[in-house]
Amino acid sequence: MYDVAVIGAGIIGTFVARELSKYDLKIVLIDKEADVANGTTKANSAIVHAGYDALPGTLKARLNARGNTLYDQVCKQLDVPFKRIGSLVIATNKEEMDTIKVLHRRGLKNCIPAMKILTKQEIIKMEPNLNENVIGGLYAPTAGIVSPWELAEALAENAVDNGVELKLEREVIDIKKIEEGYCIYTKAENISARYVINCAGVYADKINEMVTSKTFTIHPRRGQYNILDKSVGNLVNHVIFQAPTDLGKGVLVAPTVHGNLLVGPDTEDIIDKENTATSSERIALIRKTARKTIDKIPFHKTITSFAGLRATPDTGDFIIQEAEEAKGFINVAGIESPGLSAAPAIAEYTVDLLKNLVGSLKEKTDFKPERRPVLRFMELNAEEKAAVIKKDPRYGRIICRCESITEGEIVDAIHRSAGARTVDAIKRRVRPGMGRCQGGFCGPRVMEILARELGKDITEIVKDGPKSYILIN
Amino acid sequence: MLTYEIVVIGGGPAGLAAAIEAKKNGIESILIIERDGELGGILQQCIHNGFGLHVFKEELTGPEYAEKFIHELKQMGIAYKLDTMVLDINKDKEIHAINTIDGFMTIKAGAVILAMGCRERTRGAINIPGTRPAGIYTAGTAQRFVNMEGHKVGKRVVILGSGDIGLIMARRMTLEGAKVLAVVELMPFSGGLTRNIVQCLEDYNIPLLLSHTLTEIRGKDRVEGIVIAKVDENKKIIPGTEQEFDCDTLLLSVGLIPENELSYNAGIELDPITYGPTVNEAMETSVEGIFACGNVVHVHDLVDFVTQESRRAGKNAAGYIKKEIKKESQTVHTHPEKGIRYIVPQRVRIANVGQKLDLFMRVDNVYQDVYMVVKINDKEIKRIKKKHLAPGEMESLEIQKDDLVCEEGSMISILLEKEGA
Repeated sequence: MYDVAVIGAGIIGTFVARELSKYDLKIVLIDKEADVANGTTKANSAIVHAGYDALPGTLKARLNARGNTLYDQVCKQLDVPFKRIGSLVIATNKEEMDTIKVLHRRGLKNCIPAMKILTKQEIIKMEPNLNENVIGGLYAPTAGIVSPWELAEALAENAVDNGVELKLEREVIDIKKIEEGYCIYTKAENISARYVINCAGVYADKINEMVTSKTFTIHPRRGQYNILDKSVGNLVNHVIFQAPTDLGKGVLVAPTVHGNLLVGPDTEDIIDKENTATSSERIALIRKTARKTIDKIPFHKTITSFAGLRATPDTGDFIIQEAEEAKGFINVAGIESPGLSAAPAIAEYTVDLLKNLVGSLKEKTDFKPERRPVLRFMELNAEEKAAVIKKDPRYGRIICRCESITEGEIVDAIHRSAGARTVDAIKRRVRPGMGRCQGGFCGPRVMEILARELGKDITEIVKDGPKSYILIN
Repeated sequence: MLTYEIVVIGGGPAGLAAAIEAKKNGIESILIIERDGELGGILQQCIHNGFGLHVFKEELTGPEYAEKFIHELKQMGIAYKLDTMVLDINKDKEIHAINTIDGFMTIKAGAVILAMGCRERTRGAINIPGTRPAGIYTAGTAQRFVNMEGHKVGKRVVILGSGDIGLIMARRMTLEGAKVLAVVELMPFSGGLTRNIVQCLEDYNIPLLLSHTLTEIRGKDRVEGIVIAKVDENKKIIPGTEQEFDCDTLLLSVGLIPENELSYNAGIELDPITYGPTVNEAMETSVEGIFACGNVVHVHDLVDFVTQESRRAGKNAAGYIKKEIKKESQTVHTHPEKGIRYIVPQRVRIANVGQKLDLFMRVDNVYQDVYMVVKINDKEIKRIKKKHLAPGEMESLEIQKDDLVCEEGSMISILLEKEGA
């Protein structure tokens, strides 16, 4: 019997689990996928918003503002790349300039610090590659960029190091009320817990309906992106948003923490909660839209396209509360944008909710907020590189040529808590396959290392889930 | 710090030939740096034959072709480091490299020869829409799995792109017991060698669908099917021509790109068409003393031509060390015109041209019965009749020294003219 079961190991579930692991609780974190961060967390804009966008008074506004301020500390503790590069909303006509003033006022109400409305000259100085037709914009220096999946992996690792049990490939098929709490049914096993926290992303409505009548609906809203080569990552220095209009929010252009350039997303309501396919028409549309602010984007340097699903609730705001019909069952649902930005605050808020339900929670004395630092070989200087290889020769063998990732880093990613078990899990943790060759050279070698370190036959190594076999036995 | 007269980066066919030739031209201290665990490069996974007809006048497999060079290299006592990755090069010809045995190395070279080869274009680079399941391989990656590691990658296969590796893999997968349903090509002609179309597709009744493209990939975990459609002359999809294939594997043979991240970071000028360094008649890049040869400069159709080009680079790098290359000379440029995509070399120092100048190029379309015309500053100096030209086949021509009447800044241009035009 667990004290708390967290369903869903995306950015929200891992943040909640890690926050809970500060207390004396027996916690289990459950996910249907073969790795953490394998839903919306791995496919989104990777932006930590400043917080001027959400309507004042909403949970979104409150938790975005608070969440943003928590990012520096958690990313430092967990050694996850986070850069507070600031954002610009660009106006190209008077109407858009009016919108920007609305956003600025909203930001002031949301208590967002240091925002500034800039002139054309000021903007061009900061972003020389923007189109000439910019007339002004809103600068928010507190906006940042992060690697969302690396953050979720780090949170999961730190949670496990602090006693949380992580159970992957456990798709929840039903939940039944039992005397002391709930029994969660999965194909592999049944898991009982006194309290359940539903962080199931696009499936949060389905999980909720296992214990109550239908109280909200989560619609998958697809967004597609292009990711461009590192050689063009410096095209912009800030997150560049277009001013929202009646026709839509526009697309953003931003560098990633790893130095690539990200362009997207569009917005498309779909039915299928698994449909992360991209389409030619939509990619063409985001390219066309992006060119309205920067026509210099070299799309021939695209390394891949991807799509993610926003977990859009029919309530218009985050749903973070105990289910009325199910005591001890907390929904953390409808976490669409700015969900990533709000995530650390959502975790605090959720744990406060739980504290109120339980009465009080006892803090652990031995909570370890830091995780073991990650050795990123290419970030070392020459002397450090030499020293590292001398200590462990596996750092002297480059496996991924495009991103210069060593065997030592890959082996480390496998053997950490909540470690990598699949080719894509390695890719998300240490980046082989993220580069311009997209795993053409390193894929077979990553598979060999996984097989060796996990004691498996190479034909058992899968791309992502159990059915995504790569070789035929 | 280690010091060598010449450091060759890459131990594939280009690097091997360049190093051997440099040694034959009197250079003692040579090092080859190879990132893989053995010499020979991609030849080691090309177990089909067809290599060596020009250089050795016999038909060899890839590993046999490589072995001739590796054997010679070892006999000559040329040093090499395997499993060693170059992290960066700079204009002073200082190289940083790592491996598990020597650790972190700084190597100072008198001359550098870049021979890193090329990589395959990927699904992402050409924006193929759909899901992202397992079962999508570049043809070369599949070739490595099948030929080097002894694994099967799929049972029902569609191949996108009719480049040579795709054609070779259509045959190879068939021989391994897989069913190759089709080779799908966007262009109205194949990008591969005619002999490969005959020997790899026609002999095995594998359909080649020209002017078709992939419109969708299906399957969440593993490829479950693909959809293709016909395209018009502007490469736009013709609605209603969609066809579905029930397959578990998609191989991509959609082009090769010279691997020039090291060159780019070293500040070497790259050609926007070839994606390789621009070179002069000596195969020297825009940075003095850094030479380049093989597929890192431009993608070749036959390894024999890589060998010939690399021998020139090796010989010239030796000449550079021995100070036999004339740096002061009238320099002329080559310029591709109508029908020609690119010309290598891009720069020629007239003083270093021997009896003749060799130029290499690719055409931009399939042509029948045309003239290849060479002009210097708009004055025609040569006209060669060509029965058949195709983008898949590299072309070359010679200009006699006596015809090279030019001055500093002159332009040698090449273009195609229709017969009777």
